[in-house]
Amino acid sequence: MTTRDVDLPVGLTPEKWYEAVDAIESVHGEKMVLQMGPQHPATHGVLRLELETDGELIVKATPHIGYLHRCFEKVCENMTWPQVVPYTDRLDYCGSMNNNLGYVLGAEKLFSIEVSERVQTIRVLVCEMNRIASHLVAVGTYGLDIGAWTPFLFLFQAREHILDLFDELCGGRLLYNYIWIGGLSHDLPDGWLKKVRKFIPYFEPRIPELNSLLSYNKIFVERLANVAVIPADLAIRYGVTGPNLRGAGVAWDLRKAEPYSGYETYEFEIPVGRGEVGTVGDCFDRYIVRVNEMVQSIRIIEQALDRLEKMEKDDVQAAIPKTFAKVPIGELYFRTEATKGELGFYIISDGKQKPNRLKCRAPSFCALSVIPEVSPGLLIADMVALIGSLDVVLGEVDR
Amino acid sequence: MTFSTAMTSLILKSSFAIGVVTFVSLFVLLAIWLERKVAGHMQDRLGPMETGGWHGWSQTIADAIKLLIKEDIIPDAADKPLFKLAPYIVFAGTMASFAVIPFAAMLIGADLNIGVYYLVAVSSLVVIGILMAGWSSNNKWALYGSMRSAAQMVSYEIPIGLSLLVPIMLAGSLSMGDLVGLQEGGMHHWTIFSHLPFALIAFVIYFWASLAETNRTPFDLPEAESELVAGYHVEYSGMRFAMFFLAEYCNMFVVAAVATALFLGGWYAPIPFLDGPDVGANSSMLTQILSNGIGFFWFTFKATMLVLVQMWLRWTLPRLRVDQLMHICWKVFLPFSFVNVLLVSLWIALRK
Repeated sequence: MTTRDVDLPVGLTPEKWYEAVDAIESVHGEKMVLQMGPQHPATHGVLRLELETDGELIVKATPHIGYLHRCFEKVCENMTWPQVVPYTDRLDYCGSMNNNLGYVLGAEKLFSIEVSERVQTIRVLVCEMNRIASHLVAVGTYGLDIGAWTPFLFLFQAREHILDLFDELCGGRLLYNYIWIGGLSHDLPDGWLKKVRKFIPYFEPRIPELNSLLSYNKIFVERLANVAVIPADLAIRYGVTGPNLRGAGVAWDLRKAEPYSGYETYEFEIPVGRGEVGTVGDCFDRYIVRVNEMVQSIRIIEQALDRLEKMEKDDVQAAIPKTFAKVPIGELYFRTEATKGELGFYIISDGKQKPNRLKCRAPSFCALSVIPEVSPGLLIADMVALIGSLDVVLGEVDR
Repeated sequence: MTFSTAMTSLILKSSFAIGVVTFVSLFVLLAIWLERKVAGHMQDRLGPMETGGWHGWSQTIADAIKLLIKEDIIPDAADKPLFKLAPYIVFAGTMASFAVIPFAAMLIGADLNIGVYYLVAVSSLVVIGILMAGWSSNNKWALYGSMRSAAQMVSYEIPIGLSLLVPIMLAGSLSMGDLVGLQEGGMHHWTIFSHLPFALIAFVIYFWASLAETNRTPFDLPEAESELVAGYHVEYSGMRFAMFFLAEYCNMFVVAAVATALFLGGWYAPIPFLDGPDVGANSSMLTQILSNGIGFFWFTFKATMLVLVQMWLRWTLPRLRVDQLMHICWKVFLPFSFVNVLLVSLWIALRK
């Protein structure tokens, strides 16, 4: 057999690989190519997977991307520096605040702008709320992928509260354009902090409810345990970041490792996958890390609220430059922990009004690239579980 | 038999058949509306409220009209005769089951002496229809769905058959009328409670396996939305799709009705006091109608309650994987139902 002579894909133990290959070869079936997507309910957008299958077993999976490509990087080269911000909204449309923050912090570093502590705290507050909203979508739709409908709607109710709060804050429910270079688009509305304060006791009981309804449901656990294991070394080699990497047991979070916007002053933990029900790095670990991250985000929100309530109101647009006429020449890479992982912006400025080059490093893209490695030997139903557990947003993959 | 009695019997039979079809259509309309309401309330929302009057009662009627007037699309590469035939086979297989459903003492289409056997046989017809639909659609997803469905339904018929054997052995008859008739006289005479724990185990196995038989969550793999888009009926639209839909909801009622008849006392009320008046050979027409009407009420009430449980499960549980589905069938349900049958036969032998 030729397969034994080639190098093993990283992360697969020889036993597991041979077992899968033997299982496939023993049937001696003809392979069938199955086009999963771009219009398929489980691909979370317009991903196309070319599956080579033998019965229900997947022999090979090739992701094809580009159905949502809209030239983000090229468009940015034709926009002035502040005009880029709304375009970042559309990257990972579930976590727009975090996308804003990534680009804005990079640009502020280029322009050497310092924002006030209050602006920093508001940014942290909205980003963490946005992180919860994004994880609610991830966890809810994951339940849908596995066949549970009700948790999805329960979680979207909670998300609705966050979106309502954002609506009041900046007029946007999905795409906010809230964080600007040097400040924010709007100051906090009167009484807004109290509403956020009320959201916490509403949301906190939702997590145990979710855990009893979905997370530790016997069928759900059976579907996810030991499925599509992404070990730490494989994840690191592919540049997988965020909850997917932490699910593999690596406590790597840029909010701790390279703090920005004052994250070093907040107390929170990094949830990692512990292989609770199966192997470290399986689908369940990636799922439960997101659930636990929501709890940590609530902690950060509480701390940010405590600080904001004590702070004097100031002008959130004070540090915005009157003109962006004097643009420093240089290049920099700035990375933040967005909802899906490390979101990096490589910015090259040649002193003109527009970026010379703006490269976006999207976490979902790296997460997606790991699919061909882990998919051989999975069933079609496992493939759905794998895509859902990686929580890829195609707006970010295709840019 | 004289000509006039033959004619009377024919008229009676055909009016009963028309009655059953009407009942089934009405029940499906109600069940689909109910499913939406149950789903809505379980998910902390209201479900249909706008269409029609009270709580959106005419939503399903609007949907049915929409499906009726929709364009009937048949894929170019489909095997057309099979594609057209498949929904009717599925529907016919399900409707044929209603012939032996004992709605009340005198409301049985045909009280065959092999009633249960007939039921198991005709419900297997559905598999053929689903396989035809999946194959003729010339669509890989439909093929996957139908293959899953065939494997699932054929496998789960074995635990279903074995658990149905328990009440049959206890009653010593395959006739639906006899099976229900023996459960007269209050809840403690119902098979499920009168022969603890065997009948209870058989009932639980039957109910779970019947969920697989009707392709309902957590065994809805043949039409798993997030995996196979819609499974075997992915290429169907309009009235042909509605046929599959109708068959699915009819099937839900059929399995619930069988459970009611064999385990839950059929048309008898939980307390004898609530039963209709006794019907003798010389009872008046009115007494007969009243007695059968009350029996019909109890039967449909119990069956609808079981349908509600099916809906409740659907909106609570995630879906199993193919290998887990087969594991449950062959390694859990099958040994348990086998041992159950053995114990029941031993018990019957000892009792004699």
